[in-house]
Amino acid sequence: MTTLLLFNVTNGLIIGAFYVLMALGLSLILNLSNTINFAHGGFLVIGGYIAYAISPYLGFWGALLVAPLLTAIIGLVVERVLIRPLYGRDPLYSLLLTFGLAFIIEDGTRFIFGPQGKPVTIPSYLSESLSNDLFFITGYRLFMVAVVIVAVTLLFVLLRYTRLGIRIRAGVLDLETVAALGINVQMLRSLNFAVGIFLAGLSGVLAAGQLGLEPTMGTGLLMPSFIAIIVGGIGSLPGTLAGGLLIGVASGLTAVFFPAASEAVIYVMMAVVLLIRPRGLFGEEGMMS
Amino acid sequence: MSSEQTRKLIVLAAIWAVLLLAPYWMVPLGGYTALATRVLVLGLAAMSLNFLLGFTGVLSFGHAAYFGLGAYGAGLTLKFLALSTPLALIAGILLGGICGGLLGLLIVRRRGVYFAMVTIAFGQVFYYIAFQWSSLTGGDDGLRGFSRQPLDLGLFKIDILSSANNFYFFVLFCFALAVGAMGFILRSPFGRTMIAIRENERRSRFLGIPVERHIWISFTLSCFFMAFAGALYALVNNFADPRGLHYSQSGDFVMMAVMGGMRSFWGPLLGAFVFVVLQDYLSSMTTNWMSFVGLLFVLVVLFFPRGLLGFLQRSKA
Repeated sequence: MTTLLLFNVTNGLIIGAFYVLMALGLSLILNLSNTINFAHGGFLVIGGYIAYAISPYLGFWGALLVAPLLTAIIGLVVERVLIRPLYGRDPLYSLLLTFGLAFIIEDGTRFIFGPQGKPVTIPSYLSESLSNDLFFITGYRLFMVAVVIVAVTLLFVLLRYTRLGIRIRAGVLDLETVAALGINVQMLRSLNFAVGIFLAGLSGVLAAGQLGLEPTMGTGLLMPSFIAIIVGGIGSLPGTLAGGLLIGVASGLTAVFFPAASEAVIYVMMAVVLLIRPRGLFGEEGMMS
Repeated sequence: MSSEQTRKLIVLAAIWAVLLLAPYWMVPLGGYTALATRVLVLGLAAMSLNFLLGFTGVLSFGHAAYFGLGAYGAGLTLKFLALSTPLALIAGILLGGICGGLLGLLIVRRRGVYFAMVTIAFGQVFYYIAFQWSSLTGGDDGLRGFSRQPLDLGLFKIDILSSANNFYFFVLFCFALAVGAMGFILRSPFGRTMIAIRENERRSRFLGIPVERHIWISFTLSCFFMAFAGALYALVNNFADPRGLHYSQSGDFVMMAVMGGMRSFWGPLLGAFVFVVLQDYLSSMTTNWMSFVGLLFVLVVLFFPRGLLGFLQRSKA
């Protein structure tokens, strides 16, 4: 029983780490641009397929670095051409636009790469199992968590200590003042968007190594990421981090006792959080209204 | 009577004439009656959503949940409880409306994007329930094994199952009831306060309007109308689809409202017409219709944000 429990908690943490990576990107974009990026799952798919396309030439490690960068560049173009005209309009419009974009990306990848799943080969030393006595876990799963930890640490360092990061955080609090201080807000939003999409691309590569690629793989991760943001508290990145891990572990634990509800439990958690602490676990007062 | 009122009456008469005669003009134009019925039902859904979106100014991106609940409510009633079309409709309306009202209590304090986000997430709950609870709902395959029943009016029966035209007129009757109720509410003092909240929430609050309560009432009413549309949709297809609960269906409804013109009462119906006919046509022409629908979203948002009616009114003024 302990083994089973431990296995599922670990599993939950790994899935949670995934949610965190997705949700942090979404959260960055939401906080600064007031845009719900419905196409975030689509960018994950793009990242995965780019990795699939370039890994024969660059190998897995090269793809791990280059694919998210290329995804971020695509994100920059999308932001510049499609999303920038919508800043300052009702958030409804960016929501609808990214919603349509998600359709196009899903259908486009299906058109280019076919509807069947595609494998991305990972180095054999990563796919071996680490231990069989306690519980089964492959090196790749630990590796994913390690990558997520590195990426999240780098993100927080970026936000805390670099000029760009400080400006982003200031912009979340009061964009008008930041603009009045002579900072190019458009540029700030673009770079912030690109950082968010980079994270989506990175999750795409990691997911591709674990599960293989499918055009629909992004949509399933979108809802848990939304919930991670709501549970953690909108406007707070540490909150998103905690929220993602929390719902990951919660659904992992539920899978032990009541597998059918492992998906539903995260919605229950959201309802409970909204009932007793409407701003979310780490959210600031007034951020949600 | 001023000329403005006369003009409105003429437009209204024209709309109802077009709707009443739809089976007779749609077929010669290459459509079919069931398509007209679908436009009407999805149009009602889009108008219900717009009751909240266009007239109270809050965006719910999870309204498909209440649409789908209406459909499952009607379907389950016909399958397990009673072979009666009116009872099925009532059960569907109650199921969707009550669930919407209860969740609304949790949702209404949010605003803007956050309102949208919470509505999406809560909407998905019902999708998962319908998907997982396959012993009751049929899971991924959807709920089958029921069909709409003839209307028993005591003296005579109306066959709405095999006669597509009879069914269209039955749906039109239901549509008229729902739309009449919506119009009545919007003209009432309550409807005026809804618009006041849309225009300036802070000022409404200063005037002593209980904003949260009004948004909740508007949300709940809109869920009831939505569930009505959903229940009718189950009768249209003799089938309830879990994808009818999914947020992508919500996106379609929002799109219909925006494309038609969300500031006008009838706009969403026009949007639903264009959307349904286009989707019907595209999915028969190409397997990549998803890309085209996606492209439609992008183009409407970038170039027609006021929708068709908004565009017409603007170019006239």
